[in-house]
Amino acid sequence: MARIRLLVGTKKGAFIFTADGSRRDWAISGPFFPGWEIYHVKASPVNPDRIYAAQNSPWFGQLIQRSDDGGANFTPVGNDFRYDGVPVTHQSDDGTPQPWAFKRVWHIEPSLTCAETVFAGVEDAALFKSTDAGANWAELSGLRTSGTGSAWQPGAGGLCLHSVILDPVNADRMFIAISAAGAFRTDDAGQSWRPINQGLVSEHIPDPKAEIGHCVHHIAMHPARPNTLFMQKHWDIMRSDNAGDNWFEISGNVPTDFGFVIDVHAHEPETLYVVPIKSDAEHFPLEGKLQVYRSRSGGHEWEALTHGLPQQDCYVNVLRDAMAVDRMDPCGIYFGTTGGQIYGSADAGDHWQTIAQTLPAVLSVEVQTLP
Amino acid sequence: MKATIHVELPVSLTALAGCARHLALSVETPVTQSRVIDALEQAYPVLRGTIRSRQAKIRRPFIRFFACQTDISHDPPNAPLPPSVCEGHEMFLIVTAIAGG
Repeated sequence: MARIRLLVGTKKGAFIFTADGSRRDWAISGPFFPGWEIYHVKASPVNPDRIYAAQNSPWFGQLIQRSDDGGANFTPVGNDFRYDGVPVTHQSDDGTPQPWAFKRVWHIEPSLTCAETVFAGVEDAALFKSTDAGANWAELSGLRTSGTGSAWQPGAGGLCLHSVILDPVNADRMFIAISAAGAFRTDDAGQSWRPINQGLVSEHIPDPKAEIGHCVHHIAMHPARPNTLFMQKHWDIMRSDNAGDNWFEISGNVPTDFGFVIDVHAHEPETLYVVPIKSDAEHFPLEGKLQVYRSRSGGHEWEALTHGLPQQDCYVNVLRDAMAVDRMDPCGIYFGTTGGQIYGSADAGDHWQTIAQTLPAVLSVEVQTLP
Repeated sequence: MKATIHVELPVSLTALAGCARHLALSVETPVTQSRVIDALEQAYPVLRGTIRSRQAKIRRPFIRFFACQTDISHDPPNAPLPPSVCEGHEMFLIVTAIAGG
């Protein structure tokens, strides 16, 4: 029977949960790196026992940890994230030019084809690549010098590159998203990039349809349809069917289209999940009811999934990297909250189980489906 | 010429480096903050970037250096440390600032 491994990053350490394919009984190990902020933990799809963790502290800065035995042991690898010296600036909060300065790793994305290759999205926004399993990192600086970098401004969480999607069909194509610059695509393995924000409308910026400046919260893709992207923007749930060249809104009947996470069912490319959050000022569910919304039609039509989730007095948030789906049939879906809960569903969202109740605030959730 | 300098690390860094909290480091004279950290990073490379920036070698904002009941964090990194530290009578303390929650 297959096994499931959940990789959870929190404000005070990392945790690993394991279960068999029934996904009923979960064992927990951790905390790994106790006391440290773990923004993201993710495993290589090529070598599932190779797991990376982005470990950060306001005191000690950034570390990257790597396990080669499925999380039993971790070893620090390279933490020298050095911008390549291109003398460009971005906008600071007050509009003045600001030199790029490394702050932290937000997202780790291991290669789909090579166990030694891994990407890291960082703050201040940049994309780094390692071809030796995290020992050394080199910036793909074409992103910052693509022509719009000098106008990028930080979102409330900083100028962070938080989403990295690798095209499973075209190895030269990648998608990334930056708060609050927008989404970008490369078609030449990261040498050059262009903004892909046509169709996004953001009322809180001077030109709502500007080429850049959109606060993209997360992007998701189903591997069987690499030209179709789904986006949870600051406000608005969006869809593109041409690899980001154009976007259109699919918020439909969700009660609020503010939120952070978005994900796609493992076997149904038109089945989507979001967690609506009340507003940009009130980062918690509407009316204190934690509800996942599912669309089985690629957007527009959404249904609330509530069975097993708290339906009163719930005032947590679900952050952008804190939802994941497994590869089982039926598909499992998991998410973590800023209140320290992990919820899982073994039937595509129809019923939910509380996997953990009292963790530190959850920053990220990833899942592995193991043989 | 080298001197033996006694250094105390924050607990989090001892866990990271897998070392004792109190270390005796052999440091080139004249002994300075920079040279103590150089010796520490050479002995424990995993600590590179955790106490000071890798490139500019600037002390991280929430790290403090204490010696002889004095905060010497703002002393020039290349200024000689107090004689009692250099002679091994007092410790060079690497301390985490009180912050966060």
